[in-house]
Amino acid sequence: MVSRKSFYLLVALLACTGIGMTVYNNVVMGVPLTPGEKRQIWSIEAKMEFTATGEPVIASMAVAGTQKGFTLLSRTAASPGYGLAFIEKDGAERAEWSIRAATGRQRLYYQIDMLVDPSARPAEPPVPPPVVKDFEREPYATAMAQILGRAQERSADPYTLTREIIREIDNQAQNAELLKGYMPRAGLVARLLNNADVPARTVYALMLEDGRRRQQLIEYLQVFKDGGYELFNPQTGEQGQPRNMLLWEYGSAPLLDIAGGRNSRVTFSMIVQKQPVSVALAKKNELSERVTISIHGLPLEEQALFKGLLLIPIGVVILVFLRLIIGIKTSGTFMPVLIAMAFIQTQLLTGLVGFVLIVGSGLVIRAYLSRLNLLLVARISAVIIMVIMMIGIFSALAFKLGLTDGMKITFFPMIILAWTIERMSILWEEEGPREVMKQGGGSLLAAVIAYLAMDSELIRHLTFNFLGLQLVLMAAVLLLGNYTGYKLSELKRFKPLADDMNAGRNGL
Amino acid sequence: MLFLKNYAWPWALARAGILGMNRRNHSYISRYNPRRLYPLVDDKLKTKRIAMAAGVAVPELIGIIREQHQVSRFSEMVKDRPGFCIKPARGSGGRGIAVIVRHQEGFYYKPSGRPETIQDLERHISNILAGLFSLGGKPDTAIVENLIHFDDVFAGYSFEGVPDTRVIIFRGFPVMAMMRLSTAASGGKANLHQGAVGVGLCLRTGRALRAVQFNRPVRRHPDTGLDLHALRVPGWDTLLRLAASCYEMSGLGYIGTDLVLDKQHGPLLLELNARPGLSIQIANGRGLLPSLSAVEEFGDTALNVARRIEFAQKRFGVFEP
Ligand SMILES: Nc1ncnc2c1ncn2[C@@H]1O[C@H](COP(=O)(O)OP(=O)(O)O)[C@@H](O)[C@H]1O
Ligand SMILES: [Mg+2]
Repeated sequence: MVSRKSFYLLVALLACTGIGMTVYNNVVMGVPLTPGEKRQIWSIEAKMEFTATGEPVIASMAVAGTQKGFTLLSRTAASPGYGLAFIEKDGAERAEWSIRAATGRQRLYYQIDMLVDPSARPAEPPVPPPVVKDFEREPYATAMAQILGRAQERSADPYTLTREIIREIDNQAQNAELLKGYMPRAGLVARLLNNADVPARTVYALMLEDGRRRQQLIEYLQVFKDGGYELFNPQTGEQGQPRNMLLWEYGSAPLLDIAGGRNSRVTFSMIVQKQPVSVALAKKNELSERVTISIHGLPLEEQALFKGLLLIPIGVVILVFLRLIIGIKTSGTFMPVLIAMAFIQTQLLTGLVGFVLIVGSGLVIRAYLSRLNLLLVARISAVIIMVIMMIGIFSALAFKLGLTDGMKITFFPMIILAWTIERMSILWEEEGPREVMKQGGGSLLAAVIAYLAMDSELIRHLTFNFLGLQLVLMAAVLLLGNYTGYKLSELKRFKPLADDMNAGRNGL
Repeated sequence: MLFLKNYAWPWALARAGILGMNRRNHSYISRYNPRRLYPLVDDKLKTKRIAMAAGVAVPELIGIIREQHQVSRFSEMVKDRPGFCIKPARGSGGRGIAVIVRHQEGFYYKPSGRPETIQDLERHISNILAGLFSLGGKPDTAIVENLIHFDDVFAGYSFEGVPDTRVIIFRGFPVMAMMRLSTAASGGKANLHQGAVGVGLCLRTGRALRAVQFNRPVRRHPDTGLDLHALRVPGWDTLLRLAASCYEMSGLGYIGTDLVLDKQHGPLLLELNARPGLSIQIANGRGLLPSLSAVEEFGDTALNVARRIEFAQKRFGVFEP
């Protein structure tokens, strides 16, 4: 026998692993604990326009990928006649359209679905751009040196330096005015930072607002420090990424790069949809290349199957609890779980009525069969056929009466029902109807309790999305298997005995 | 809160030393009964065999029926036996047991006097073979054995059934005993939950301690009106010795032995139970746990049968001899 210590160690290990996996799924993977939550999915359309000059066209545009806060779910492009390829350049992706010849105004559409996903991370962390120090012409060089000099005096690290530079630009109005015509503001700050040996660059971002059309990207500032980075609003110096801001171009490359065209521009329109978490997660995992322990990677049909299978442990644990702690008597050890599974298909009321109807009429017919003097196997087979016929008749009847739910009784496990009928009828003959009611009632009660648990939206969500919980259930079953206390039913059974002993009435 | 009145507190039961089902399974059955020995007691035929090999008396075997085609030989088999008992080799809890006390002109009479035809009995045997009464519905064997004529001292104590004596043997030591008397309510069967009367027995003397029916104390047999407290099993020490020797015979540490007192043959072993029920505590008005702990602590399993009985009678007996 395994020693107590290693047993509890095993239980603790199972429980901890299970809980750990659950927490990981929740915190890192962002799977919520309740099914009610909805997730936002942004559908963003980029419209690129340019005038083709009649030469071969290669139009390349930076595109947004999965990044902090957003997971890319899908992307489509509508661009008749154009070839489309996605190429990777300097760690960022670009869409590249090409055509042999085109003239006139061209319109290319590119659409993505982005899931708002607090746990999202880019596949690879962004690489800091090289620090570029160009020697500026005068008078710009002096103006820039003055701003940087003042800012450096009051800063301690790259981030504070960024804030001080932005503030200094606002303070030194004259220098700012001079430099404004020379360089866009974000570019200017980035250059100043570069001059102070801080890697930084301009990125282009989209402010997300439901129903907006013809939006432009805005400039933002990305400042690197020790392998990490921060975003800054180059106008206000505000630090951090606003919740509704999506980075579109973040690869030190131009947003648009068109050969064979001019007068180009990109505008964006967007809408937001709210989807239940399960849908959003399913979409997310369809794309995920990460190896995760999740059933979402399976084809939809297998997923549906698993959804049912993963509920069985819940039913089983409940049954173990009812039998070991409460002491409910059931006919057939796990029969109630199978009945509960059938209830899930039929809904509770239909299921209960159907079950009582089938078993009840089964008992009546079985009573007749017992007079035919059949061998057991043949008799069970006869009961099975009879059960199937009854199910057929009942569902046809229900359909006629307009009770479409009634047809669902075909979901009952027929063989199990046949055995239940057989056992109950023997029980009836041997121990009388009381015991039949007790065991039949016990089985139904257990089935209903298991059903209520297995049918709960929350539990379905949890078992399906947190495989670690299966380990916790396992640990629970192991613990229950070690319970040596009294069952609730025994507290009643032995009550008279305990009373008699207390009162000294134990016959001595 | 009214229904709470029907429930005892767990600690009240624990203080009374009452053994519960989970504790029994976990701390006694699975700890002291090696799995591989179960078939010896779960199959009554095998039990009979090892009992005979060990010199333990059992009811005489008339015949066994293993296959469906042998069922037709049944009436031939019992032709010269006035009374017999058909039982499934792997049955339990009294299920599938048919007792026939006499037969005449093709009719077979149950203890209640109800006649059965040979077809009824053959169907019953078919059911046994198909596994209707065995655990998990496994195909089974039907045993036909001689009718037990119970000792006259029990006349009037049992209604239409053979009273049997159950002794719990823990590591070779008898720890508790009771007699089960069938009643009209129990339909001639000796199962307590069906309404049979359980009489707790003093281990030292074989005298009745108290009697219960449906968990409540009773003084008189509900059908015959005899004073149950006057019951005393004759030849108690022989019976105990027989029960205790089942430990060596079966190798199981926690068993219930079912014994009957036959008019001619004396104590006979009916069957062994690897999962004996808990009602014996109610019949005795005592919990099993103190005795079990005493055996675990002080009982030396190397003792021979006589010494073990001496130990048990000294510690667990109630009346003076
Ligand atoms: N040979 C027999 N003659 C008369 N009655 C018997 C005989 N065998 C069994 N019985 C009756 O059947 C009851 C149960 O028998 P038993 O062998 O203990 O089977 P089970 O495993 O079902 O308890 C006994 O208590 C006794 O009353
Ligand atoms: Mg028995």
